[in-house]
Amino acid sequence: MTKQATPNFEAAFASLQQIITQLENSELPLEEALKLYEEGKRLSDICSQLLETAQLRMETLSANPATPDGEQA
Amino acid sequence: MPEFDFPPGQHLVFTVASLSNYLREMLETDEILRDVWVRGEISNFSQPRSGHLYFTLKDNEAQLRCVMWKGQTFRLRFNPKDGQSVEVHGAMSFYPAGGNVQLYVDEMQPVGEGQLYQEFLRLKARLEAEGLFAPELKRPLPRFPRRIGVVTSPSGAALQDILNTLRRRLPLARVTLAPTAVQGADAPAGIVRGIHDLNALPDLDLIIVARGGGSIEDLWSFNDEAVAYAIRASRVPVISGVGHETDFTIADFAADLRAPTPTAAAELATPITTTDLSAEIVSISQRMNLALNTMIVTLRQDLLLAENRLQRHSPAQRVRTFLQYQDETRERLERAMNHYLSQHRLKLQNQIARLESVSPAAVLRRGFAIITDAQTHQVISRRGQTSPNQPIQIQLSDGKIAARISGDNP
Repeated sequence: MTKQATPNFEAAFASLQQIITQLENSELPLEEALKLYEEGKRLSDICSQLLETAQLRMETLSANPATPDGEQA
Repeated sequence: MPEFDFPPGQHLVFTVASLSNYLREMLETDEILRDVWVRGEISNFSQPRSGHLYFTLKDNEAQLRCVMWKGQTFRLRFNPKDGQSVEVHGAMSFYPAGGNVQLYVDEMQPVGEGQLYQEFLRLKARLEAEGLFAPELKRPLPRFPRRIGVVTSPSGAALQDILNTLRRRLPLARVTLAPTAVQGADAPAGIVRGIHDLNALPDLDLIIVARGGGSIEDLWSFNDEAVAYAIRASRVPVISGVGHETDFTIADFAADLRAPTPTAAAELATPITTTDLSAEIVSISQRMNLALNTMIVTLRQDLLLAENRLQRHSPAQRVRTFLQYQDETRERLERAMNHYLSQHRLKLQNQIARLESVSPAAVLRRGFAIITDAQTHQVISRRGQTSPNQPIQIQLSDGKIAARISGDNP
């Protein structure tokens, strides 16, 4: 698990899912489990934060030669 | 006419109503008349408050009364008016109260649309035969698209519908618009280019090809085989959202998923919403807490078990065993020692007894005495050692007495 410099939801969420799988399915030493737990808490905070502040981004490819499109907004 | 058997000279006489009914039955059971397309020009068009449409279809030689019930009119995509050339579909019948034969219309379209529709059916059949619409070609959609391509008009309502829907459901997504005309002669090429250009983006997950509602001519660009081929050639899955719910285009059949509208396309593109994700994050947090608690409880139990086992195997137990053994040993030792001592005490007493039997004390007890010079303490055993008035000591069995030699030696 690598820490993201700029938090990226998909990566954080994937790591979070990986952590819960590890926590639930494997016989981890307590110390390691605690570390995973801390990391999981951190990631879930990041994910929630990103969800709350997400803004849809849109960009436009360089347009085709302009043609009347008839459809009105 | 059915044959009737009447006596000669007599006529079968219908009532008007029964003949009308007979006529109606004849018309309504005729294979051709009950399912017929007619082309003509609209005249005497009227739509009273009831909502039903009444008009006459005519050409140069004839005219035909037509009725379209209100319930059928919702499917009309144009406003019929006098002078318009139309093709209508319906069933012929007789209206007894008015005394006229008329067509009960259930479908009406401007002339030309019928031809377009035939063209559509031919193209659809051909592409279908090529296998372009095969169900096994349909790709599954990504559950969590990060980058969504949209091929549509930059100024159309469809784009706004899609953006609003994505903003509401998954604002984490990134939208890339490939702007194109969506109607007119250049539109099919523009749509094809849009799909092609979007496919050049390596991180694209999905393409939505969309257009708002319109007439069959307006939507015609999406009935183009080049568009269908481009959709199938796309690396990423394509959702079509063209027109309204009732519109089906070739693009719809070629797409991996057909959405009834642009809004529905954006909804189908985002099966997981931010609401779902938030709920999932909450759920994961709870599961993490549970997993950790379970682990701690398990460890605590393990610890308890270990302590129990440790106690069973503890050295203290062995020490107790050893101490008990030691106690027993000590007792045995003491017993042995006592026995030994008593044995030897007995032996010693015997020896003492034997020793005593030969000791001077024993002799004294038998009446003998030991006489010593009171000054020199030398034992006097012969006459020559004595002189008159010599102080002596006489040792008896129970003590000494002092004495003096009394006189001459006898």
